[in-house]
Amino acid sequence: MAKLNVNPTRMWLTTLKARLKTAKRGHKLLKDKQDELMRRFIELIKKNKQLRLDVEQELQASFKEFLLASAVMTPEMMEEAVAIPKETITVDIKKKNVMSVYVPVMNFKRKLEDDEGSIYPYGFAQTSSELDDAISKLYSIMPKLLELAEVEKACQLMADEIEKTRRRVNALEYRTIPDLEETIRFIRMKLDENERSTITRLMKVKDIINK
Amino acid sequence: MNYMFKIAVVGDKDSVLAFKALGVDVFTVFDGDEARRTVDTIARNNYGIIFITEQIASLIPDTIARYDNEIIPAVILIPSNQGTLNIGMSRINENVEKAVGTNIL
Repeated sequence: MAKLNVNPTRMWLTTLKARLKTAKRGHKLLKDKQDELMRRFIELIKKNKQLRLDVEQELQASFKEFLLASAVMTPEMMEEAVAIPKETITVDIKKKNVMSVYVPVMNFKRKLEDDEGSIYPYGFAQTSSELDDAISKLYSIMPKLLELAEVEKACQLMADEIEKTRRRVNALEYRTIPDLEETIRFIRMKLDENERSTITRLMKVKDIINK
Repeated sequence: MNYMFKIAVVGDKDSVLAFKALGVDVFTVFDGDEARRTVDTIARNNYGIIFITEQIASLIPDTIARYDNEIIPAVILIPSNQGTLNIGMSRINENVEKAVGTNIL
């Protein structure tokens, strides 16, 4: 460990002692922050993983149906069928502070126009039943997909913050605090040494005078 | 900041057309350049969530990474109709590794 480049004086000793105290308190606080962030992150990331697995699987099932639908219907008809959606989805995003990380909180507003009964934006006469299946599947996946968006974004942001915090904790623990401690020890020794040499000098002088 | 954001889906036409029926805004793209332009444009235009198919996302990793540290928009990868490339999963694992140091899951 490198000791800091300072003069071994009483004044520096006081300054460094104060600095060490701050560093130790900062280290403790940051360590607590890191632990709590980690706890929440692990909870969240497990949820994230499960959600993603589910969503990917279900989405693929829906795509399969859609592919079948596009095989039996002409592309023009297909586009016409879905061209004017009945539902509108908007999202209301708020920020939530989790241990100084701002994570989004998403509130979804889904609105069906006129008759609530049917989710399909087309009449049944000219479309195939595969399209109905695809869309109803997609419709039921949507809440999960939106939840995934919220959780995944939160995980991303928290991962970044955890990395930053870990670097800070490590820098304090393995660099700043040992350096300060070593320098303080060095200054103490030096001051003690000076004191001893003063005493010996005085004794010597006294001896000479007495002779 | 507390007002409504829209939701977008970006991908090849066959994969994302079905989303249109749900009232999500659909943007069809064919290559990387177009995808990059589209994502950047919709990110500026009050979209809160952008779903993008992995096939398209794999062409523009830099653009996706640019939005990683911002709260809005959230760029989320979804599989396309050609199946999943596991990019979404590996991004989760990357996050774990970044945060914990090793992959614990």
